[in-house]
Amino acid sequence: MEAPIRAREALGFILFSLLFSICRSSSLNHLLISNAERRIDLSSHIVKVFLTLKVENAGSTPTSEVLLSFPPTQADHLATVEALVTKGKRKKTTLVRLDVKPTELPDAPNDAKYFTIYLANPLKSGESTTIEVLYLLTHSQEPFPAEIAQSESQLVYYRDSALILSPYHIKQQTTFIKTPSTKVESFTRVEPSNRAGTEIKYGPYEDHPPYSFSPILIHFENNSPFAVVEELVREVEISHWGNLQVTEQYTLVHAGARHKGVFSRVDYQSRPTLNGASSLRYLLARLPPRVHSVYYRDEIGNISSSHLRTDSRKSELEIEPRYPLFGGWKATFVIGYGLPLQDFLFETSDDRRYLNFTFGCPLLETVVDKLTVKVVLPEGSKDPSAVVPFPVEQHLETKYSYLDVVGRTVVVMEKKNLVPAHNSHFQVYYTFKPIFMLAEPLMLSSAFFLFFVACVAYLHIDLSIRK
Amino acid sequence: MSNSSTSDLLKPFKLKTKQQELLIRVSILCLVYILAFITRLFSVLRYESMIHEFDPYFNYRTTLYLTQHGFYDFWNWFDYESWYPLGRIVGGTLYPGLMVTAALIYRLLHFLRFAVHIREVCVLTAPFFASNTTLVAYFFGKEIWDSGAGLVAAILIAVCPGYISRSVAGSYDNEGVAIFALLFTFYLFVKAVNKGSLAWGLASAFGYFYMVSAWGGYVFIINLIPLYVLVLLITGRYSMRLYVAYNCMYILGMLLAMQIRFVGFQHVQSGEHMAAMGVFFLMQVFYFLDWVKHMLSDTKLFQEFLSITVTCAVAAGGIALGVGVASGYISPWTGRFYSLLDPTYAKDHIPIIASVSEHQPTAWSSFMFDFHILLFLFPAGLYFCFKRLSDATIFIVMYGLTSMYFAGVMVRLILVATPAVCLISAIAVSATVKNLTVLLRSKNKVAQIGSTKGTSSAKASSKASLDQSQPFQKNGAMALLFGAFYLLSRYATHCTWVTSEAYSSPSIVLAARGAHGNRVIFDDYREAYFWLRQNTPPDAKVMSWWDYGYQITAMGNRTVIVDNNTWNNTHIATVGRAMSSYEDEAYEIIRSLDVDYVLVVFGGVTGYSSDDINKFLWMVRIGGGVFPVIKEPDYLVNGEYRVDKGAAPKMLNCLMYKLSYYRFGEMMTEYGKPPGYDRARGVEIGNKDIKLEHLEEAFTTSNWIVRIYKVKPPNNRW
Repeated sequence: MEAPIRAREALGFILFSLLFSICRSSSLNHLLISNAERRIDLSSHIVKVFLTLKVENAGSTPTSEVLLSFPPTQADHLATVEALVTKGKRKKTTLVRLDVKPTELPDAPNDAKYFTIYLANPLKSGESTTIEVLYLLTHSQEPFPAEIAQSESQLVYYRDSALILSPYHIKQQTTFIKTPSTKVESFTRVEPSNRAGTEIKYGPYEDHPPYSFSPILIHFENNSPFAVVEELVREVEISHWGNLQVTEQYTLVHAGARHKGVFSRVDYQSRPTLNGASSLRYLLARLPPRVHSVYYRDEIGNISSSHLRTDSRKSELEIEPRYPLFGGWKATFVIGYGLPLQDFLFETSDDRRYLNFTFGCPLLETVVDKLTVKVVLPEGSKDPSAVVPFPVEQHLETKYSYLDVVGRTVVVMEKKNLVPAHNSHFQVYYTFKPIFMLAEPLMLSSAFFLFFVACVAYLHIDLSIRK
Repeated sequence: MSNSSTSDLLKPFKLKTKQQELLIRVSILCLVYILAFITRLFSVLRYESMIHEFDPYFNYRTTLYLTQHGFYDFWNWFDYESWYPLGRIVGGTLYPGLMVTAALIYRLLHFLRFAVHIREVCVLTAPFFASNTTLVAYFFGKEIWDSGAGLVAAILIAVCPGYISRSVAGSYDNEGVAIFALLFTFYLFVKAVNKGSLAWGLASAFGYFYMVSAWGGYVFIINLIPLYVLVLLITGRYSMRLYVAYNCMYILGMLLAMQIRFVGFQHVQSGEHMAAMGVFFLMQVFYFLDWVKHMLSDTKLFQEFLSITVTCAVAAGGIALGVGVASGYISPWTGRFYSLLDPTYAKDHIPIIASVSEHQPTAWSSFMFDFHILLFLFPAGLYFCFKRLSDATIFIVMYGLTSMYFAGVMVRLILVATPAVCLISAIAVSATVKNLTVLLRSKNKVAQIGSTKGTSSAKASSKASLDQSQPFQKNGAMALLFGAFYLLSRYATHCTWVTSEAYSSPSIVLAARGAHGNRVIFDDYREAYFWLRQNTPPDAKVMSWWDYGYQITAMGNRTVIVDNNTWNNTHIATVGRAMSSYEDEAYEIIRSLDVDYVLVVFGGVTGYSSDDINKFLWMVRIGGGVFPVIKEPDYLVNGEYRVDKGAAPKMLNCLMYKLSYYRFGEMMTEYGKPPGYDRARGVEIGNKDIKLEHLEEAFTTSNWIVRIYKVKPPNNRW
């Protein structure tokens, strides 16, 4: 285990010096970070990183933009970046969310990716502020060994840098890494570093120039199931008769270490803690309150192992796949439920209607690789427009449902790499004339009317040729 | 009562009664139509909207294919997912009527913008056709007796368990539409015979075509109708009406039936269809004779001519048949046909037919279970039929008697007998109730007797006149009427109970009562099939006993070696041989069949008795039928089938035993019993230390009902 880590260290220093030389030319170094603290939480398969940066303006001009940089490998797995700043003094502090946008810089060293944080008030020369950054990484823990038997526990690698990658000079920095259990096989030492219980501490490191990088590798036990939804299609159908029907199609996979060899039911049933510790036994979906007619099924029928708990604030649906999911095993299923429309549909002052609904996946602790949200508007609605708090791909479709003549407009939104933090609300605005609600009942009743008229006519008219 | 005469239609009062009567009749029919549909929905309410049993899964899969790929692709479909490595020409080996019907309903609904799933259509096809059958039963009853009998027949058949057993929601099988087609064909034919019109004959030919496209049971029609015609000829009821009806129906029906690929030229080449052809020629002879009789005035001469012609015709027919059979042009009767005529034939010659539980001879209890009061109303109805003999009643009597015989031969053929039994019983009920009510009414309206009796049937009037002489008749009639209603209401309760308790279980999902009276669901089959579908390579080959073949391909979407379409006995015997051999011998067979997974069904943990261990002797018999190395006595101890310590050594070490009981010896199934206690057979197993060499456990469902083993690749040579 030692040798590859050494090699990585050497590689890291080359990278570091390379970065160092490039960033000399950068014009960004009028800011500096006087203190940085990073807490990496590895307890589930979604890596949560809390970064506290104390930013100081050492230049002469006020600036309102602070850059965050990520190595390209991490940037690919980056699900969300949020920045907060504390406001107020002493006890009356409130957190204010700041705008964060991905940015391209022309002279990015080694394809580093950037995000710009826009401060609410420009940072004047000599001033400093504290920014809290939270970012989540998916697919960043690599199972090693890649295949395990039923009775083995799942070990994973996590790769990062002991030093925070930043375009600014960092005066002092510390990194804390929290592992799910005390079972850590190995970790790269970058002195000063030490491990206590479930925490590994790197630093404090003093005075590191911009783009400093020191790769680390942590090999530890993580038996939390790696629930990944490869594809999720959520369809929200609005009926102005008072119902909102949600249908969610999941392709779930256990993305942890692949299962190898025998699956023994005896062992699995008799010693559940030792056997299949990393297997995915059940999932919890948090649904909106007042949910009704919930179903949970797949292509071949209903799955009977689910429980619904409802209270006035939320509903929890506990679902078990048909079989426990071991690493690499898949399951597809559909969850559907109805919701009262008045909780989600509102009217604007200019007589438009809008749907206010959560965007992400209701399952807890799952990563969604690709999410498609379809909002099926009632037949006859016009001018749809969607407002989503993060960038998504959008297009329109037409869907034919029961008794549709012209078809329903469907607003389709697609996004990749989602985490539960994306469960924020989005809005779809449209105009709808209530008279269209009557179209389908009128069609049905006129069809019946015609049928009865035909019956009456048949009974009263003699159609025979012979008299 | 009301359709008595057309002359007094103009009177406003009469018109009103007629309208009232029509209204009542139509609303009763509508209610019966709805009742027939909803009584079959128990399974959807108890479980879910799902396909039941085994064969329906194949039908569902083909319907899905039909709706996705269109009719042309369906017709030319070569299915490489079953009967690996042989495959199956699906389009040429199935009766497409059911799938085409469901696909048409599906298209129609989508055209009307009802965005239903094809599964819902398939699930509800059988109840829908059952509802239609009630309408046909009404018209049939009306045709052979009167509209009252028709209504009673509709009600009886709507809830009759013998029919419900094959037509509950989800039982998406050929029989679901075939019983409708069967009864409809018979109705149209009887109508054609009664009317002597070409149009009805044509309609019955199309009805027959639909029946041929839907179910192999069409052979019953093509033999019953000639038999009926023959009986009419013998009893001297030959008429021009019969001639027109039969010739039109036979010729057009035959030509249409040849369009079904699975049937092909059987109508002219198979021994089972020769009776119809013989009767067809006999009809021509009769027509010719009739013509000659018309031309000849001399009866004596005609008698001589008759004897010569009939002898010649019979001789020519016999010679033609003999030559046809001898030259191999006409195939002899198949084993299935023999097993129908002779109940013991299958047991001795075709174990694969005998192994199916629904092919067993019927027990008296199942007659009682499926027919209830109809069982003794049936002879009563026959009495009424014989009392008022006509072309139509002769038909229903023949249909009733022949189908009753077949129902006694095979359990599943109770289904074919059900419409006849319902119709004949309806005649009994209707005639009895009518006579009784006439008695009651005549008492009240003594003055009117004289005026109404003129139009009523002669029987009623004779009863009425009898009645006047006996003072207690009215009370007796009242009591009998109440008795009849009591019996009928018992029938309704029985039918509902049977439907809800016995015939609404999908057999894919097993339900049991838990320790606290709660409902426990064993959904192991779908658990296993879905596991196969998701977690095995898409081209994996699964070996199992043939019962599960259709389900594995439909739900697991994986290739199977054998399935419920038991067309290749050798292939099935090979699987049976593999299951009953020692592991290393079985491994050779498994390797030669290129099998990746072996699936067994095991009920030892849950007490589920129709598992593979209980079916195992059939595997041995079928395997031994082709491969004499497998001998049934090797698996028995003193003729007794055991799995405990006293079992035969070959039994304890054959593949099926090993796969079923692998690591079962460590399992505690019941409190107070030793580990490895088999709850299905109530014994402690005999071999608890099972080691597998060439296979490994890949998946076992949560209640152990389905166990899947992966076939290991051969060991490296070194």
